[in-house]
Amino acid sequence: MAKVFERPKALADVVTHYCPGCTHGIIHRLVAEAIDELGIVDRTVGVAPVGCAVLAYDYFECDMQEAAHGRAPAVCTGIKRVRPDLIVFSYQGDGDLASIGTAEIVHAAARGENITVIFVNNGIYGMTGGQMAPTTLVGHKTTTSPYGRDAKVQGHPVRISEMLATLEGPAYIERVSVHTPQLVNRAKQAIKRAFANQVEGKGFSLVEVLSTCPTNWGMTPVEALQRVANEMVPYYPLGVFKDIDAEGEDK
Amino acid sequence: MGERILMKGNEAIGEAAIRAGCRHFFGYPITPQNELPEYMARRLPEIGGAMVQAESEIAAINMVYGAAGAGVRVMTSSSSPGISLKQEGLSYIAGAELPCVVVNMVRGGPGLGGIQPAQGDYWQATRGGGHGDYRLIVLAPATIQEMVDTVQDAFDLADKYRNPVMILGDGMLGQMMEPVEFREQTVSSLAEKEWATTGLRNHPGRRNVINSLYLQPDKLEEHNQHLQRKYAEIAANEVRYEEVDVEDADLVVAAYGTTARIVRSAMEEARREGLRVGLIRPITLWPFPVEPFARAAERAHAFLSVEMSAGQMVEDVRLAVNGKKPVYFYGRTGGMVPTPEGVLAKFREILEGKHNG
Ligand SMILES: Cc1ncc(C[n+]2csc(CCOP(=O)(O)OP(=O)(O)O)c2C)c(N)n1
Ligand code: SF4
Ligand SMILES: [Mg+2]
Repeated sequence: MAKVFERPKALADVVTHYCPGCTHGIIHRLVAEAIDELGIVDRTVGVAPVGCAVLAYDYFECDMQEAAHGRAPAVCTGIKRVRPDLIVFSYQGDGDLASIGTAEIVHAAARGENITVIFVNNGIYGMTGGQMAPTTLVGHKTTTSPYGRDAKVQGHPVRISEMLATLEGPAYIERVSVHTPQLVNRAKQAIKRAFANQVEGKGFSLVEVLSTCPTNWGMTPVEALQRVANEMVPYYPLGVFKDIDAEGEDK
Repeated sequence: MGERILMKGNEAIGEAAIRAGCRHFFGYPITPQNELPEYMARRLPEIGGAMVQAESEIAAINMVYGAAGAGVRVMTSSSSPGISLKQEGLSYIAGAELPCVVVNMVRGGPGLGGIQPAQGDYWQATRGGGHGDYRLIVLAPATIQEMVDTVQDAFDLADKYRNPVMILGDGMLGQMMEPVEFREQTVSSLAEKEWATTGLRNHPGRRNVINSLYLQPDKLEEHNQHLQRKYAEIAANEVRYEEVDVEDADLVVAAYGTTARIVRSAMEEARREGLRVGLIRPITLWPFPVEPFARAAERAHAFLSVEMSAGQMVEDVRLAVNGKKPVYFYGRTGGMVPTPEGVLAKFREILEGKHNG
C-alpha cells in the first residue's frame, strides 16, 4: 500500500517548541514539502529569524544560518551573492521583518535578490510574550497596547506585501493563509512557486502567510483560526500582489 | 615582483584584499574610506566578484555574516559612526566564530564628530565593541606598505582562528598616497572551511549551522569558555609590535598608526638634543603587546602614550607597566593631529620634570 502522508524529508524528526495549535508548524511543513518536491534540499541554506521560529535551524534538514533580529534578508544576500548556486531562503516573523528589519527586507526586495522569503504574519510578538507588532490590528489588545491598538496613538498596521509590490525589484509576492485546508493547499502552491522562482533565477519572491498565536491572543486554536478569517483577512486581503510572469502574459 | 606603485591607502587595502583572495565586499559610503568600496566596485566585477552597496552598515555587516558563513573571504569597511552600527553584527560574527576582515578608517567623534583623522575608537575596537564577552583581533598599520601586508595577515588570522579581524586605520592613512609593493603571496596552508553552509551536497551527512544562540546557560558558558581559550591562544601567539631605541631609553613612548610616525619625527629631534626617548609601537592593539612594556618598565624612568584621542590606549599601557613607573599621556582630539613639536615639548616636560624631581 502506498503511503499518502509522511513527514517531508526536509523537516527534521524532532519535537518542536511551538505551542499547541500554532500555525508556525503548518508553515514549516509547507516549506519542507516545497524543498522536497523541488529536490533542492542538498543545495538549500535557510536563514532563521529571531522570533518564535528562532530554532528553525534545528527543524529544517538543510544547512542553516541564524540571523540577528530582522537581518535575515541581509544574511541571505551575503550567502546568495557569494554562492549563487545555493537556494537561499529566510523564514521571518512580523516583528522581525516588518519592524526591526524593515530596511533589510525593503532593500533586498528592491535589489531583486534572487532569494525566497517566508513571512509569517501573526500580528503579534509571539516570542517575547505578546507585545504589539507593526502588524497588530487596530483595536487588538496586546501587552503593550493594553487598551487596544489606537491608530491615533500607535499608528496603523503595515501591509508589507502591498508595500513591497510597489517596487520594481520583486518577481513574486503573494499573501496566503492557513486557516482552512483549502487555503493550506493554496499556501503550499505559493511557497513552492517562491522556491521554484529562485531555482529558475527569476528573482526575489516573498510569501506572506497569515498565522495564529493562540497563546498570546488568549484564544483556543479554533478561535484563533476564526480570528484570522474574520479580522485579519479583511485587513490583509489574500492574493497575488506581484507576479512578473503574469505581467508578461498581460502584454 | 618588486614593482612599487603609488597608491592611496584606501585603494591599496582593496587591491591587497583582492590579492588575498577576497572577491566580495559589502559596504556603505562614509568619509574618509569611500575610495575602498569605490575601488572594489570597479575591480571586483572584473574578476567575477561583487561589491554590494548595502542599505546601511547594519545590513553590510550582516551580509558579511552570511558570506563568511558560506565560507568565502569577505571584507567590509567604514568609519567611526558606521562602525558603531556594525557592532551588533560583529558580536554575532564573533559569537558564531566567522572569519572576516573589517576596516575602520577612524574619524573624530563622538556622534557625527568630524571627518578628520582620529584614534578615538580604540576602546570600541579592543574591548569587543558590541555586547557579550568577545574579542576582535585588531591590527594597526602605520604605513601604506604595512597596511597592504596587514591585509593578507588579517585574512589569514581570521581564517586560522575563525574570528573577526579589524584593521584600525585613520583618515590620514586612508587618504594619503605612498609607494607600495604587492609582494608575492605565499599560499597559506589553512584548513578547509568544513563548517561553512555550502549545501549538504558539499558535505553529505552533516548539516552545517551558523549560530550564536545557546539557550541553556551551561551550554552558553561552555561556548564562552571555548571562546576564551581561543582568545588566550591568540594572545599567546599573535602579538605584533615594533620597538625603536627602547634599550637605552629613559622615556618609552607608546603610539600606533599615524601617531607613531609623528612620534618618530619627534624622537629624532629629541635624540639630537640628548633626550633618550624610545618607542614601542603596538601593531596588534588586541592582543596588546604587554610584554615589551613590562620589560621596559624594569629600566626606563617613565612612559608616555601619544594618541589622537583623549586617552584610551594609555589605560593598556598602565596595565602593562603595572604601577612600576609613571605613565603620562599626550593627545589631540577632534581631527587635530599632534605635531612633532608638541610631542617633543611633552618629552622635555617629562624628562626635565624627572631631572628636577
Ligand atoms: C535587537 C533585538 N531586539 C529585541 C529582541 C527581542 N525579541 C526577540 S523575538 C522578538 C519579536 C518577535 O516577533 P515576531 O518577529 O513577530 O515573531 P513571532 O515570535 O511572533 O513568530 C523580539 C522583539 C532581540 N532578540 N534582539
Ligand atoms: S507564542 Fe504564539 S507564535 Fe509563538 S509558538 Fe506560541 S502560539 Fe506560536
Ligand atoms: Mg509575530
